Amino acid sequence: MDKKSPILDVQGLRKSFGGLEVLKGIDLAVHPQELVFIIGPSGSGKSTLLRCCNRLEEATSGSIWVDGVDVLSRSTDINRLRQRIGMVFQSFNLYPHMTALGNVTLALRKVLKLKRDEADRRGRAALDDVGLRDKVDAYPYQLSGGQQQRVAIARALALEPKIMLFDEPTSALDPELVGGVLNVMRAMRKSGMTMVVVSHEMRFAREAADRVIFMDQGEIVEEGRPAEIFGNAKHQRTRTFLQNVLAG
Amino acid sequence: MDLIVETFFNLDVLREMYPFLLDGLWMTLQLCIVIVPCGIVAGLCVAILFSFRFRPLSWLVIVYVDFFRSFPPLVLLIFIYYGLPFVGVDIPDFAAVVLALTLNTSSYYGEIFRAGIESIPRGQWEAARSTGLGFLQTMRYVIVPQAARNVAPDLTSNTLEVIKVTSLASVVAMPELLRLARVAQGLTYNPTPLIAAAAIYFVLLWPLVRLLSRMERRMIAGR
Amino acid sequence: MDQIVANFFDLEVMARYLPDILSGFVLTIYLAVAIVLFGLALGLALAVVRAFQIRPLNWLIVFFVDLFRALPPLVIMIIFYFALPYVGVELGGFVAAWLALGFVLAAFAEEIYWAGILSVDKGQWEAARSTGLPFFRTLRSVVLPQALRLTIPPLTNRTIAITKGTALASVVAVPEILSQATAAQAFAANTSPLTMGAIAYLILFAPLVTLSRWIETRFAWRR
Ligand SMILES: Nc1ncnc2c1ncn2[C@@H]1O[C@H](COP(=O)(O)OP(=O)(O)OP(=O)(O)O)[C@@H](O)[C@H]1O
Ligand SMILES: [Mg+2]
Repeated sequence: MDKKSPILDVQGLRKSFGGLEVLKGIDLAVHPQELVFIIGPSGSGKSTLLRCCNRLEEATSGSIWVDGVDVLSRSTDINRLRQRIGMVFQSFNLYPHMTALGNVTLALRKVLKLKRDEADRRGRAALDDVGLRDKVDAYPYQLSGGQQQRVAIARALALEPKIMLFDEPTSALDPELVGGVLNVMRAMRKSGMTMVVVSHEMRFAREAADRVIFMDQGEIVEEGRPAEIFGNAKHQRTRTFLQNVLAG
Repeated sequence: MDLIVETFFNLDVLREMYPFLLDGLWMTLQLCIVIVPCGIVAGLCVAILFSFRFRPLSWLVIVYVDFFRSFPPLVLLIFIYYGLPFVGVDIPDFAAVVLALTLNTSSYYGEIFRAGIESIPRGQWEAARSTGLGFLQTMRYVIVPQAARNVAPDLTSNTLEVIKVTSLASVVAMPELLRLARVAQGLTYNPTPLIAAAAIYFVLLWPLVRLLSRMERRMIAGR
Repeated sequence: MDQIVANFFDLEVMARYLPDILSGFVLTIYLAVAIVLFGLALGLALAVVRAFQIRPLNWLIVFFVDLFRALPPLVIMIIFYFALPYVGVELGGFVAAWLALGFVLAAFAEEIYWAGILSVDKGQWEAARSTGLPFFRTLRSVVLPQALRLTIPPLTNRTIAITKGTALASVVAVPEILSQATAAQAFAANTSPLTMGAIAYLILFAPLVTLSRWIETRFAWRR
């Protein structure tokens, strides 16, 4: 790994919901062009970790820096920062009343204040990148799940983020639609995007991840290269989890 | 500030006039006690006639409902109150008010029950009838219990409206709460009785309003 | 039969008072439009303010909504018209009716808009915020367009029901349809003007009621 400063730097992150501590001191550094995979059982805090990184969830303590900006500082313009952190959700969350292009250009026009034709140009390019050139004018209900998720990726990409966070991007998809989304993610990796991916697609992790992190009960149990984690994990908890996932 | 208290919250006036207000409240309650059940029964009849799915009958029901939904209740009330004596039909004031408001509200109740029955999938009818239940039995044991849950918010809402609408009876000199509050205002040259009447309505109906907004929220959240 | 025709459909009486009824008709439309514009706009504004979740403001809004949902519109109108002058606030009949019904509509509309806003999936907020859209922009461009669509059927019904309340303005001396009709009836000692008034309301509201029936099926809560 190169020694450049990390794009995402999380230190001692804790998060509680009421009395329930969901993240118990997470340290995580993600470097430019790295693809970090996060796996772990349901309820281990994976989504919460991602959501703290762009402050959809307020951290209880610790520090988070993205591209040299303090995420948790009160003086940070969170809306500007969020443009640099793309996020893709399990349930797509496309705006149902807007076309694919409308979904992609809304933030370009209203946050970056681009002119309509400039926004459209960038929006089309982003949709082109995810292979949906011919679906610009389609509404979400006219698209398959896989296409919807690609529009959601384009929506984040169009803002030219420094890092992309994926929260189980393929979990809501029929098996035959998963490949298309993974292909888009492969292409993004090739073009040098920094990515953090929460997913159960172990084959994809093995092939594409630089690093795999196993989380359980709000802690990082272990991390390493895919071959290490999948081949001979040090911790029993990791091995049990992987056995269960790969068996089921 | 003193002026406002003196004018709108004058305790002396209130002390003097509260028997009036209580009489009025009692009349308002009587109107509600008669009109709400009448409206519900008439509404149920309307809905049941509709559910026979006999085309001309269904049309008639829709015309009935939309006709009475098109008139402001006050217009209906005045028409009946002043109109009937002209054709030699002399009914007591109380009956005229009950008739007018029941006609009005039965159309709303009818529409609510109709929509409730419609909301039950056809399969429920077929399943029940296939086990040998008759039409009314199916209605009573299968359809109505399910429909009742769906229509509870609308039913509550309409009942709230019926109670409020009894205040229109004041226009035809029916001595209910609003009417007697106005009389009291005239006697004392002070609007405190009006404010007191409003307060009584609020205390009476506020729990219903709270209940309603909860039910409505749950209804929408469930979709 | 003759008696009915003579009393309810006296063409000569009708012709004589037609201009009065027409002027009442026009005034009713003015009043109704003013109420709808004011009520729907104020209701939306309140719902938007409520979305910001500022405690004391929220309490005020909920109180306003509950108050105007619980009080009979006629009571509100009468207080505006007959009670406020005691402290030197002379609104006049038209304004009193307009404000009273406008507030009532605003209260109901706020509740409906708010339910609509709540019913939009949380993921919509998160997706929009994650691309850097600020709170208000998210509300305006992403959430409200979806929420408003859901509110169309209940809002139409409620708006029609409340605009029918324009007939109440006859009580506060606004020369709208009903008050023209009752005045003419008293002059002519004949019920035909009331018939005309009733027909005028039918012309005004029957299409709206039919429209609402259509909207109900067209925009039914579905996702
Ligand atoms: N808004 C919330 N309020 C209260 N508890 C929450 C909230 N969000 C998450 N939690 C709890 O935090 C814990 C971690 O949740 P999180 O969604 O981060 O898990 P996850 O690892 O993403 O699980 P999954 O694989 O099922 O998505 C869970 O116990 C969950 O119930
Ligand atoms: Mg999760």
